[in-house]
Amino acid sequence: MFDIAIIGAGVVGGMIARKLSGYDLSICLVERKNDVAMGATRANSAIVHAGFDAHSGSLKAKLNVRGSEMMEETAAQLGVKYRRNGSLVIGFNEEDRKELENLLDRGNQNGVKDLRILEKEELHALEPNLSENVECALYAPTGAIICPYELTIAAVGNAMDNGAVLERNFEVTDIKKEEEGYLLTSADGKEICARTVINAAGVYADKIAAMVGDQSFSVHPRRGEYILLDKEVGNLISHTVFRTPSKMGKGILVTPTVDGNLLTGPTSVDISDKEDTSTTQEGFAKVIKEAQENVSTIPFGKTITSFCGLRAVGSTGDFIINAPKKGFINVAGIESPGLSASPAIAEYVAELVKEQGISLVEKENYNPCREAMHHFREADMDEKNRIISKDKSYGKIVCRCEGITEGEILAALRTNPKAVDLDGVKRRTRAQMGRCQGGFCSPHIVEMIAKELNIPIEKVTKSGGNSYVNLGRTKGEVK
Amino acid sequence: MTELVIIGGGPAGMSAAVAAYESGVRDILILERDKKLGGILQQCIHNGFGLHKFGEELTGPEYAWKYEQKVRELEIPVKLNTMVLDITEDKVITATNEEEGIFQIQAKAIILAMGCRERSKGALNIPGSRPAGIYSAGTAQKYVNMMGYLPGKEVVILGSGDIGLIMARRMTLEGAKVHAVCELMPYSGGLIRNIEQCLNDFHIPLKLSHTVTQIHGKERLEGVTISQVDEKRRPIPGTEEYIPCDTLLLSVGLIPENELSKSAGVQMDRITGGAVVDQNRQTSVDGIFACGNVLHVHDLVDYVSEEAEIAGKSAAEYIFKKNTEKEAVRIPITTDGKIRYTVPEVITEKKDISVFFRVADVYRNVEICVYNDKNEKVFSRKKLKAAPGEMENIPLKAAAFENAQSLRFELEVK
Ligand SMILES: Cc1cc2nc3c(=O)[nH]c(=O)nc-3n(C[C@H](O)[C@H](O)[C@H](O)COP(=O)(O)OP(=O)(O)OC[C@H]3O[C@@H](n4cnc5c(N)ncnc54)[C@H](O)[C@@H]3O)c2cc1C
Ligand SMILES: Cc1cc2nc3c(=O)[nH]c(=O)nc-3n(C[C@H](O)[C@H](O)[C@H](O)COP(=O)(O)OP(=O)(O)OC[C@H]3O[C@@H](n4cnc5c(N)ncnc54)[C@H](O)[C@@H]3O)c2cc1C
Repeated sequence: MFDIAIIGAGVVGGMIARKLSGYDLSICLVERKNDVAMGATRANSAIVHAGFDAHSGSLKAKLNVRGSEMMEETAAQLGVKYRRNGSLVIGFNEEDRKELENLLDRGNQNGVKDLRILEKEELHALEPNLSENVECALYAPTGAIICPYELTIAAVGNAMDNGAVLERNFEVTDIKKEEEGYLLTSADGKEICARTVINAAGVYADKIAAMVGDQSFSVHPRRGEYILLDKEVGNLISHTVFRTPSKMGKGILVTPTVDGNLLTGPTSVDISDKEDTSTTQEGFAKVIKEAQENVSTIPFGKTITSFCGLRAVGSTGDFIINAPKKGFINVAGIESPGLSASPAIAEYVAELVKEQGISLVEKENYNPCREAMHHFREADMDEKNRIISKDKSYGKIVCRCEGITEGEILAALRTNPKAVDLDGVKRRTRAQMGRCQGGFCSPHIVEMIAKELNIPIEKVTKSGGNSYVNLGRTKGEVK
Repeated sequence: MTELVIIGGGPAGMSAAVAAYESGVRDILILERDKKLGGILQQCIHNGFGLHKFGEELTGPEYAWKYEQKVRELEIPVKLNTMVLDITEDKVITATNEEEGIFQIQAKAIILAMGCRERSKGALNIPGSRPAGIYSAGTAQKYVNMMGYLPGKEVVILGSGDIGLIMARRMTLEGAKVHAVCELMPYSGGLIRNIEQCLNDFHIPLKLSHTVTQIHGKERLEGVTISQVDEKRRPIPGTEEYIPCDTLLLSVGLIPENELSKSAGVQMDRITGGAVVDQNRQTSVDGIFACGNVLHVHDLVDYVSEEAEIAGKSAAEYIFKKNTEKEAVRIPITTDGKIRYTVPEVITEKKDISVFFRVADVYRNVEICVYNDKNEKVFSRKKLKAAPGEMENIPLKAAAFENAQSLRFELEVK
């Protein structure tokens, strides 16, 4: 019997696990996939929003502004890269300017600091590659960027280091109220008991809530497609460039990522299938067209990959964070700015946990910090050589595009939450994430995973389930 | 200070090292990131290498071995498992390996011979899901030929580059079923002999003017939709065909691996993806040379070796300051678009040279013409056929550009 079971290891579940692992509680984080950060958290814009978007007075607005304030310190503790690069919402005409002024007012009401409108000259001096016909912009210097899956992996790892347990491949299909709490059953019949259950299941949060009889909301998926470009063009712009929101939605943004690539997207299309993260021809066309309206010189020939994320759009229009039954807490409808708000959501949920009658006693030996996964990658030559002299596997490059060493990959396979498949190694180390997309190094990484997990090479997967990389042996044995 | 550092120990790097040695350089170092010399040839276990150079059909590893033996005989130093991380314009090389950690070497001359990499799926933006089972053909070749694993059983191949063709045969021989090779263009980018020996001999259909328009499958690939494309390479609605398969191999082009060249400030050619070089294979940075697939993608390794010999010899001349005595000229070469590029792109010395180039489309009954800036035709050769898959090369006598300020390569189609 755990004190707490959290369903869903996205950024929200991960941050909650980390927060609660600071107290004397036994915690189990259950995730249906082979790894953490496999839902919306894997594919989004990676922006820590300043907080001028959400309607004043909403939970979204409150948690966004608070989360954004907390994020820098949180990232520092978790050793996660964070860059306050500032955001620009650009306008092309007078109509846009009016809307920007509304945003400015709303932002001020929400408590966002240092917002102001920039006129053409100052704007183009600040961001010279903006398209010529961009006239003005709302400038939010507190806007920032972060890597969402790095943050989640670090949060879950830190929670585990502080005693939390991660159960992977545990798809909750049934929840029963028991005398002392709840019994969670997985698709393949595994069981976990917990006094308090926290539902952070992303697009499936409505299904999970329904399992305890709460049908007060629904969640539907809204697709967002992206195109990611080579690091070579990552410095085309330095701020995050949004368009003025209109009736047609927020439009396509262009932003650098913390790892130095250029990201453009997302589209916004309501769909019905909660599993459908496929990309589309129309999506590509829209991303390319609008991104080039913002920054006309974006060279899409330098594309290295494209992907798609699903927003969990709740039926209430706001974050749905409540306790419909005693000992059962919903954290649902966490669409954007859910990433930005996540540290604040965790804080808010801790209060709700307390309200369920669970006493939050601070753990004596709690350590809020985790060593940066990218420590080696970012170190200077002397520091690198110091590390190599202790462990020579850091002298051997495996992924040539990103320059990732064997030592870093082994660390990813050995550090909480351990990578167990190709994509897991990729998200933790960036190996296979560069311009050749693993063409060169993935066979070697497959061998490393097999050896580390002590499984045959044929059992190594791309990302769990049936995603086997090899389907058998060749006819002749190769020595 | 090391006189000559060669980055990459594939056929290009090895031939360049041998040529430089034979031209008198003794202080040579080859840096190779792999655990063996040989480059991409190590995994090319099919035959067809060396016909031109040695008059016999060797496998890739056999061809590489001939050069590796020479490197060993001449006792040219090699650092294996050593990855070069950076090169500066002043020829300071930063590299790393397990034993020495990260270290730097000052070189007098450098030869870039890093080869190329395959274009990945990401660059293609194929709509659909992103399951396991999609590999570049070279990656699949590594699984099959080097590791002994079969990445898939029901295969579709996109792109008819040579590696794709070779892998169509390899996978078939290993018991997989190759359903089709789809090629976006109305012609194949591969060698004619590979189409014959790898597809036709095994009854594998080559679908020209076709591409993959949708990827299906959640965890492992379950199928692809292919469509015919029009002259502008846009999919034609209504021509979709669904092929169930568990594997999609991509052979959609090779890209010279020039990140290091760029860090050294070497001027690049947008079309080849390699450095701009002169007839000596010297780049825009004095004393930095390039050869092999890092310079432009070759289909025959024999030409790689030849090009590398030029680079090796020229590097030796540079080290011994021989070329400073020569009269400086600068004759840029332009092309008409039907001829996509030439190597070299610029002539800086009045001597007989060979010029390599590729054409943009399949043309029949052509005449390759070279004009000088006074519009005088200084060279011409007729050919029955020219195709993008086959690299062409013509000899140019020094007399042909005696008084030229520039040269223009044109392909006249009869
Ligand atoms: C296109 C797009 C752009 C966005 N841009 C931004 C942005 O720039 N800034 C920002 O702040 N926010 C952004 N967001 C929002 C942000 O990504 C989300 O708010 C955040 O990732 C939500 O995290 P989560 O943990 O709630 O959900 P998820 O990451 O989806 O996690 C839910 C987890 O629950 C698991 N799960 C589901 N069902 C079960 C079950 N039955 N049993 C066990 N496990 C289960 C899933 O596998 C998944 O891992 C964006 C979202 C999208 C889609
Ligand atoms: C699959 C395939 C099939 C082919 N089939 C034929 C055929 O049938 N017949 C034929 O004649 N030709 C064929 N070719 C062409 C021929 O083999 C190649 O053109 C030739 O191998 C290129 O030689 P290279 O030395 O330029 O490059 P490579 O062989 O790629 O060698 C480059 C070397 O540089 C090293 N390197 C790169 N970067 C670094 C760094 N930063 N630090 C240290 N080392 C580095 C690499 O590890 C590699 O060993 C084929 C090519 C391929 C890929």
